[in-house]
Amino acid sequence: MDFILYLINGLSLGSVYAIIALGYTMVYGIAKMLNFAHGDVIMVGAYTAYFLLVSYGVNFYLSILITMLVCALLGIIVERLAYKPLRSASSLSVLITAIGVSYLLQNSAQLFWGTSSKMFPTSFTNGSFSFSDVNIPYLTILTIIVCIIITVVLQWFVNNTKTGSAMRACAEDKGAALLMGINVNNTISITFAIGSALAAVASILLCSAYPSISPTLGSMPGIKAFTAAVFGGIGSIPGAFIGGLLLGIIEILSKAYISTQLSDAVVFSILILVLLIKPTGILGKKTIEKV
Amino acid sequence: MKKLLLVLLSVLCVFSLVACSGGGETADDGGSDTAAATPIVVGGSGPLTGPAALYGEAVKRGAEIAVAEINEKEGTEYFKLDFQDDAHDPEQARNAFYKLLDDGMQVSLLCVTSAPCAEVAPLTQEENIVAITPSGSRDDIATYGENIFQMCFKDSNQGIASADYINTKFPGAKVAVIYQSSVDYSKGIYQTFADRAAELGMNVVETQAFTDEKDYSVQLKKVQDAGAEVVFLPIYYDEASLILTQAGDYKPVWFGVDGMDGILGVENFDTSLAEGVYLLTPFAADATDDLTVSFVNKYNELYAEVPMQFAADAYDAVYVLYNACKEAKVTGDMSASDIADAIRPVITSMTFSGLTGSGVTWAASGEVSKSPMAVVIQNGVYVSAD
Repeated sequence: MDFILYLINGLSLGSVYAIIALGYTMVYGIAKMLNFAHGDVIMVGAYTAYFLLVSYGVNFYLSILITMLVCALLGIIVERLAYKPLRSASSLSVLITAIGVSYLLQNSAQLFWGTSSKMFPTSFTNGSFSFSDVNIPYLTILTIIVCIIITVVLQWFVNNTKTGSAMRACAEDKGAALLMGINVNNTISITFAIGSALAAVASILLCSAYPSISPTLGSMPGIKAFTAAVFGGIGSIPGAFIGGLLLGIIEILSKAYISTQLSDAVVFSILILVLLIKPTGILGKKTIEKV
Repeated sequence: MKKLLLVLLSVLCVFSLVACSGGGETADDGGSDTAAATPIVVGGSGPLTGPAALYGEAVKRGAEIAVAEINEKEGTEYFKLDFQDDAHDPEQARNAFYKLLDDGMQVSLLCVTSAPCAEVAPLTQEENIVAITPSGSRDDIATYGENIFQMCFKDSNQGIASADYINTKFPGAKVAVIYQSSVDYSKGIYQTFADRAAELGMNVVETQAFTDEKDYSVQLKKVQDAGAEVVFLPIYYDEASLILTQAGDYKPVWFGVDGMDGILGVENFDTSLAEGVYLLTPFAADATDDLTVSFVNKYNELYAEVPMQFAADAYDAVYVLYNACKEAKVTGDMSASDIADAIRPVITSMTFSGLTGSGVTWAASGEVSKSPMAVVIQNGVYVSAD
């Protein structure tokens, strides 16, 4: 019975990782850059939702919507100001810029909202039901369902819509896409907007499960989700989903049966193993680098 | 875009010019005005950015309030606070220390967190500067030399006091520990607690550790399965608030140390979760003595927050330096080394009363004689546990 409880806890943690990983993988798959500021967009989302819910008493569902809009806007602004000027620069410069943006967001949050932590309201997502002996919080179910819906919708969006095809075209070859009349800049902005809106959803689910919010709340889940994205095959949407779930389950199970202190070591060792055996991740496509 | 950059740059240039001229003026004031004494420069560093910024900020604010009060009382600038950011990183703390030396630091508040304290303490000793850390509680910090003092009690004191207290208050109870193995503070307290508990023959049924994480479901489940009635949490309140939230229906007696102080101040925290939590603290923000009330009011007015013990420790540390400087009659034009030689014997012979304790004394080793006091949270306020 313990095992099932651990499994459910793992699924719940994993589905939060999965939603964050979806944001990473979207941006990587299309813009071919690692947006290390993604975790901090989550942090901004958490604070936005917190202030909407607690200080302004806005309706819960409306708050989710506004938070998504705020984060999407933030994503677009960050992309336009920090990443767009580096479109032709080496990927290393973009990576460093992303780390810079991450610190900028973190320290601005400390400046504006203070360093002390706040408690995210959980009354909206409280409650649980019992299934034989195991107590399952509604939030866990909600998180998993939201995660599945997002994965399916994203997969459909990228494969079946006009914007989606434009995204795939940009991913293949930006120059050629431009020649075909695709507005590459707008397409990349849309990608960032979607990725950041996902971060907003993730932030609300993350903070409902682990309700302490502080300016650095995004960094650790951000890194774990990035790992999950690589695990599943970065750039692949179903890969991010599977990678996130697996990572969460492995983390909780290794805590339960191996050591609470070594769980991260176990998680990352498994990542290294996977990458040694299948360098592109579980669902990653093999691409031949053109020289 | 280029034009915008140009405008920005020129604005920056103008600002830097203004800043330079401003700096020049104050320096002139100090030099020419021989009638008013030159202030004694109090240096210090702490994390003002990064995950531990909360503690650095509290110390800086507590120290600022004390310095402002002292200067007002003296009617002149007696102390000048120079507080640098070290981001809770020993390497940066070392750089901050050299910057402080360049700035003319004469007495020091050392650092806020333990690891930077241990890095900077030997340097401070070598330069012969007296330093008192408000909150660096690791056991080894005071051992770096005769100039290094602690304002807070050592980690081991807290571990021992907690074990003693739990043993008398809950004799024979099943005790479990959840601690953060990636933090010196938590690990230090846990180790002395475990040693003392073994000595006393306490019934410790489960010990769980964590590093940096938000999910404590596994640790809580194991502690609960072991049937623990008292759970000792030598951790900071940020993690503790999550543990209390995630514990749900499991309600043992939670027992924290001074790091738990602040849990009631977490914005939007459901204080009913902390009902019945025991903790050791040298400072309770809702005490009703004049000193505490005035400090809490000032802090709240300036920063719209209830001060935690880090701020109170810093406030006291500045006053310890002030009392020592007054008694030794040192002045701002003396060298740091002369000041150190003059105030060191004063500190070891003084009896200090402040926010975090009364009748406090220091041994020559730099250790403070404060005994941790247990309080219990009832109806959202601290109540003395005895």
